[in-house]
Amino acid sequence: MAPSSELNRLTISDAADRLRRREFSALELTRACLERIGAVDPKLNAFITVTEEEAIAQAEEADRRLKAGGAATLCGIPLGIKDIYCTAGVRTTCASKILENFVPPFDATVIAKLRCEGAVFVGKTNMDEFAMGSSTENSAFGPTTNPHDRTRVAGGSSGGSAAAVAADECLGALGTDTGGSIREPAAFCGVVGIKPTYSRVSRYGVVAYASSLDQVGPFSKSVRDAAILLRTLAGEDPQDSTCSARPVPDYERALTGNVKGLCIGVPKEFFVEGMQPEVEKAVRTMLKHYESMGASTMEISLPHSSYAIACYYIVATAEASANLARYDGVRYGLREGAEDNIELNEKTRERGFGAEVKRRIMLGTFALSAGYYDAYYLKAMKVRTLIRRDFERAFENCDVIVTPVAPTTAFRLGEKMSDPLTMYLSDIFTISVNLAGLPGLSMPCGYDANDLPIGMQIIGPQFSEEMVLRAGDALERSGAVPLRRPAL
Amino acid sequence: MSPEGYEAVIGLEVHTHLQTTSKLFCGCSTEFGKAPNENVCPVCMGMPGTLPVLNRHAVDLAVRTGLATNSEIATRSIFDRKSYFYPDLPKNYQISQYETPIGKGGYIDLPGDGQSKRVRLVRIHIEEDAGKNIHEMNSSLVDFNRSGVPLVEIVSEPDLRSANEAVAYLRELRAILRYIGASDGRMEEGSFRCDVNVSVRKKGATEFGVKTEIKNLNSFRFVEKAIEHEVGRQIEVLEAGGKVEQETHLWDPEREETRPMRSKEFANDYRYFPEPDLPPLVVPTAMIESARRAMPELPAVKRARYARDCGLSEYEVAVLTAEKDAADYFEAMLPGLKNVKMAANWVMTEVLRVANESGKAPAEAAPPAAEVGALLRMVETQKISLNAAKTVFAAMCGSRKSAEATVAELGLAQVSDEGAIAAACAKVIAEEPDKVAEYRRGRDKLFGFFVGQVMKAMGGKANPKIVNEILKKELAT
Repeated sequence: MAPSSELNRLTISDAADRLRRREFSALELTRACLERIGAVDPKLNAFITVTEEEAIAQAEEADRRLKAGGAATLCGIPLGIKDIYCTAGVRTTCASKILENFVPPFDATVIAKLRCEGAVFVGKTNMDEFAMGSSTENSAFGPTTNPHDRTRVAGGSSGGSAAAVAADECLGALGTDTGGSIREPAAFCGVVGIKPTYSRVSRYGVVAYASSLDQVGPFSKSVRDAAILLRTLAGEDPQDSTCSARPVPDYERALTGNVKGLCIGVPKEFFVEGMQPEVEKAVRTMLKHYESMGASTMEISLPHSSYAIACYYIVATAEASANLARYDGVRYGLREGAEDNIELNEKTRERGFGAEVKRRIMLGTFALSAGYYDAYYLKAMKVRTLIRRDFERAFENCDVIVTPVAPTTAFRLGEKMSDPLTMYLSDIFTISVNLAGLPGLSMPCGYDANDLPIGMQIIGPQFSEEMVLRAGDALERSGAVPLRRPAL
Repeated sequence: MSPEGYEAVIGLEVHTHLQTTSKLFCGCSTEFGKAPNENVCPVCMGMPGTLPVLNRHAVDLAVRTGLATNSEIATRSIFDRKSYFYPDLPKNYQISQYETPIGKGGYIDLPGDGQSKRVRLVRIHIEEDAGKNIHEMNSSLVDFNRSGVPLVEIVSEPDLRSANEAVAYLRELRAILRYIGASDGRMEEGSFRCDVNVSVRKKGATEFGVKTEIKNLNSFRFVEKAIEHEVGRQIEVLEAGGKVEQETHLWDPEREETRPMRSKEFANDYRYFPEPDLPPLVVPTAMIESARRAMPELPAVKRARYARDCGLSEYEVAVLTAEKDAADYFEAMLPGLKNVKMAANWVMTEVLRVANESGKAPAEAAPPAAEVGALLRMVETQKISLNAAKTVFAAMCGSRKSAEATVAELGLAQVSDEGAIAAACAKVIAEEPDKVAEYRRGRDKLFGFFVGQVMKAMGGKANPKIVNEILKKELAT
């Protein structure tokens, strides 16, 4: 039996088995995570709010359920929740001053699903304000640091969740991904993250950034754990009209370890000049590994990839400009005193929003303005269709597409803060996947000379999560990528 | 109203609540008159992370509205976000329909003497209502009960040429909406509101003048007054050599005038874009066809039928068909009755009176229509007098007993026994020799006195026709 100080290092699948064998209790497991948070989070700042009391109560309840038998897989599993999910009775800040004291009266659908299974929430994790960013530096609560090198960023926007899982502060976590916000931090922190097909998971209760791109997904220490979490998260929701009614497959059962005959497309546009050579090398090594396992690889082309970032920053900001209009000081959140309603809106938003959020609201407002709509928003929607078609064509010839997650490993804190455009380029390999609404898995595929994790992305057609997870799991099981724990 | 040489050009935008039990995008009640912020939830309060789910019944009612106004129904339409900041708008955008409204290109024919006037419709679209600001001395409060209540906006072409026509259009539209059960049309509760676009031009001109928009009109009278005021104002401006500014005016009912709103009070650029939280609205052709088949008889058709088949005057037709429930009541009275005119009069006087007095629908305020029909049948067959019927009706309103039982209970069955009536007549003639002599000298007016005396003697139950006949004969000799 592992010492209780090490329980927090377990994967979900291990912990779930051992909880059932009564090797330890959910309470012990939860306490191990809370202790770890107490020990390392002052250095990492992965959590905005730690919900110790609630977590202990949930763990005790989970133990009762486990004892009674028939408990769900996630019963008693401590998870971190990105602070973008509405959690009834627990403040949900979205890492913004404007929601600093906002306590939602309701649970997001996925939170309710996890509660129903008896999962334990250890706290709300740090993020870029309103999920706008690629480094978790745009947080009103300070940046999250990378557990592998605390002078570097954890990635973003779900950097808190990625760092928390990498640092064993919890067994798994929830993130959201609008342009790479799960996959990029997963890569930077050396953990697994999946952005499912758009509409696969309910967005109800997830604070909206860009509604047509936002998607819920898990972080975990293994591909199998991602499959376990996704099985619970996915599925129809009467409260989200955009959520698919397709039945949810048992993703864990899809993990056969077999990739024989799998055809992997490798887009030439995703291996560009200027990217860190070690990143390309690590991904190419994995492709060789796949070939040795019976898969085949082929070069493909996604010709409109170079327009993805421009397209994204119009569509996402346009939607954001409307989605964030509700933070006006009238009903909840920050309210600045004012003489009239216009001054109330202006002062509240001026003080409540950070610089990047303001920048994106202005971009989006501009793109939708009379006289500019056709040139920007409408054009971007057309480009989006072309990007989607690129993938559809590619998938006529291959089963999955493998790319790097980001052009570099984790960059230094502050390195890109003064240059938003350079920062935006961090998402160059992930953004088109959101625009096309496809599933994308991010998993560790090696380390650079500074011992920083490198991430590999596996992209599949819509609703092909089983195949994507199977491909990732097969590689993980082959032992090609030994997981390195950060030395904290 | 319009001084010589000018004509008004008027187009109307009507916002009407759809009569659903729950809101357009959440399950909250739409009931009017609740305590502030009682009918609210995270969705209609615009809380972070909430999403809209479209109310199917609202779509059904919008489709019906489109069909009843001869509009083409879009089998695929999308929702858009209309952005503007206002405290009563929780998301600071309204979910509406912009490029693809659910209904397009309809028209309404207004009733008129002889020739009817056709008013074309630009569009009908579905949208959500906002809450309500309540201004106090040093602060403003917001009541979100109305936030998210389903609306359709019905936009007319600028086909109207006078305040009277505008009001006639509104009355007809309101009647149609009430007939099809789409809206209760209650202006005083804000469930039927109207914005007016007005311009003036020289008669004979083909170009439109510069228009102003008048908001805040919540009664037909205000619509009429506001248009008259605004048309007069614009003509004055033009006559003085000035230019009409394109602006939004607010109707001030206290001072009975329009005044321009501060430009900050309305936004100019709504930044519409497709609502990403809702899939396109698909209305299958089969659903449109079944709605078409289920459409009730509309006011115009009913009016034509009443005029043609019932021999009623235009006025009677107008009164009976103004409200569907009155027309329904009238029609339910008719089986077995020969005298349709009497039934019509009965509805217009007795039934609508008790309905108005109680503020309830005819079917609730008055006895069951079939029973009132039975009562009138008794008048037709001379079992009771018309006057007695009124007494019986009043009693039935309270007791809810059948006509027959009430007549029996009150002992008001009419006496048609000629022997008994002749005896009463003989007695009256014997008791009033002076009056009889006067009558016979030629004072015909006294006949009514004798009838009255006989009726009095018989407790009002004598068949007046027989009383007349016998008296005429007896007094003549």
